[in-house]
Amino acid sequence: MRISKSPWLLHYDGSSCNGCDIEVLASTTPRFDVERFGIVNTGNPKHADIFLCTGGINSQNEDVVRQIYDQMPDPKVVLACGICACDGGIFKDCYNILGGTDTVIPVDVYVPGCAVRPEALIDGVIKALKILDEKAEKMKRGEYKSLTSAEYAEKLKGMKTASDKEKEDENA
Amino acid sequence: MAAKRSVIPFGPQHPVLPEPIHIDLVTEDEKVVEAIPSIGFVHRGLEQLVTKKDFGEMVYVAERICGICSFGHGYGYVKTIEHIMGIEPTDRARYIRTMLFELSRMHSHILWLGLMADAFGFESLFMETWKIREKILDMLEAATGGRVIFSIMRIGGLRKDVPDDVMKGFLPELDKVVEGIKACEAAFLSDPAVLGRLKGVGYISKEDAIALGCEGPFLRASGVEHDNRMRGYAAYGDMDFKIITSDEGDSYGRCYVRIHEIYESASIVRQCIEKMPQEGIYVPIKGFPNGEHMTVIEQPRGGACYYVHASGKKFIERMRVRTPTFANIPALAKTLQGCDVADVPILVVTIDPCISCTER
Amino acid sequence: MLDGLEIVELTGLLNNIKAVKTDGFSLMQICATKIDESYEILYTFGKGYDIRNLKTVVREGEHVPSITDMFEAAYLYENEIHDLFGIAVDGINHDYKGTLYRTAEETPFR
Repeated sequence: MRISKSPWLLHYDGSSCNGCDIEVLASTTPRFDVERFGIVNTGNPKHADIFLCTGGINSQNEDVVRQIYDQMPDPKVVLACGICACDGGIFKDCYNILGGTDTVIPVDVYVPGCAVRPEALIDGVIKALKILDEKAEKMKRGEYKSLTSAEYAEKLKGMKTASDKEKEDENA
Repeated sequence: MAAKRSVIPFGPQHPVLPEPIHIDLVTEDEKVVEAIPSIGFVHRGLEQLVTKKDFGEMVYVAERICGICSFGHGYGYVKTIEHIMGIEPTDRARYIRTMLFELSRMHSHILWLGLMADAFGFESLFMETWKIREKILDMLEAATGGRVIFSIMRIGGLRKDVPDDVMKGFLPELDKVVEGIKACEAAFLSDPAVLGRLKGVGYISKEDAIALGCEGPFLRASGVEHDNRMRGYAAYGDMDFKIITSDEGDSYGRCYVRIHEIYESASIVRQCIEKMPQEGIYVPIKGFPNGEHMTVIEQPRGGACYYVHASGKKFIERMRVRTPTFANIPALAKTLQGCDVADVPILVVTIDPCISCTER
Repeated sequence: MLDGLEIVELTGLLNNIKAVKTDGFSLMQICATKIDESYEILYTFGKGYDIRNLKTVVREGEHVPSITDMFEAAYLYENEIHDLFGIAVDGINHDYKGTLYRTAEETPFR
């Protein structure tokens, strides 16, 4: 596939065990080298196009993740890295875990794994690039604007989450 | 003109570490006069999972306290339960555990070297060390199937055996790793630009290090000869190795200790493979644990305490882990006092903080 | 079965800990465990490779004295016990007043 941009990525640990985080870092180092796609790991949300979020998000991190997401310019893509970021993983039942990145901000690509493997992560980033291109294309036509985290929270209110469904199943 | 006090918040999202930590730096111009750490951004509350997962499943939870020291956490928990239940693992299990533990220590220390290089702005050195680290991860993957989280531990032994020829194959790889680190050592320990960033930065005296309860390389770099591996758990009692210390007490000393510990660990791995006993890897267990025990082991970052309180049921009452970074934070706050603001990232990295360990 | 375990009354806690300090031990950890309706607090001290444990039982509503006068670094453990178990600890040198862990559920181990 053709890659049209050199996107920059931002990584934040939303209460993970660190395993996924070191794999995110490892994927930027010589063996895996996501930098060959022109990708740069940045620390500034306003420079970033792709947000790599690991961990199941704890209550103290919630607002930090929201702020980072809201500060990123459009178009932007969010990657949930690792099984905890996808649905809470092994920590799902912990009292301080909300259960996945998509409980707080919209997620575009889910990359499972405990810990996520760099190869899977790179694959996810490439998928994210495609989504990023599509979003940029739509934006040019004035058809797209990403949700803010507040709008997303509003949207979630009316939706059933996976754990709601589980509870319903248990009751039935 | 008197300097004005101001507070600079550091973190939680910042480029030095992959993990979130927050420190309020009270500064007078460029000098830090006080540092107040606050934690909790990775607090998951996994110690309470004991009420939802049985004592066997908790091994996997313990391994996920932290992705870097994962093997050690699994080991610490398993050892505590085995002690309570009176289980003696087989010799082969003990040796394989020791080998994996030391490989984990090597990958953790090399990871730290990379983060340190990144913190003092030596990007190519960061890349070089992490390239070397991949060799260790390849060995761990060949032995267990996982790169950072292995899930090979089990109460009573191991879940799978590591074939002898696979382990024999590690020996030439280990030589390459040691050779690679020796080449990097010149940059870390004798490059004048690097020395300028490390020498005398973040000094802590031997007395302070003991009084503040420092652990691991942080403690040993202040000249204290203390290494919990000397307690002789697993197969450490059969191994020949020495405790690396330094009298410098600063960031340079910590760098020196960790680099030389990599060589010691490589030697322990070699000894394990050469002396590897031939017999089973698993002792069947009966019943549930009943009693309490605390195990102290040496993680890459220092001593870690595992406490288990069980009352003869499938679910244990309490699991508590005191990790080395938790013990090192008060000393970190102390070393930050009086440093330059520009040195804060180096000092934070120098204790090798593992936040997910700390907060569990 | 803990190494060198001594069970002490809450009232005599500080004196016992002072004796441990005089013997040259330093603090390794403090942890709490909920047993039925009361809490056990375990203080672990180390000197070289020797370990000594002191255990005290705290009933609901009882306050625990801080040991930060003797062991400066105890503040993180004491704040942790306060935040997770809701046990009041008096006189901590750095009292976070419940903000060390800002959990969704207050005092989850209580």
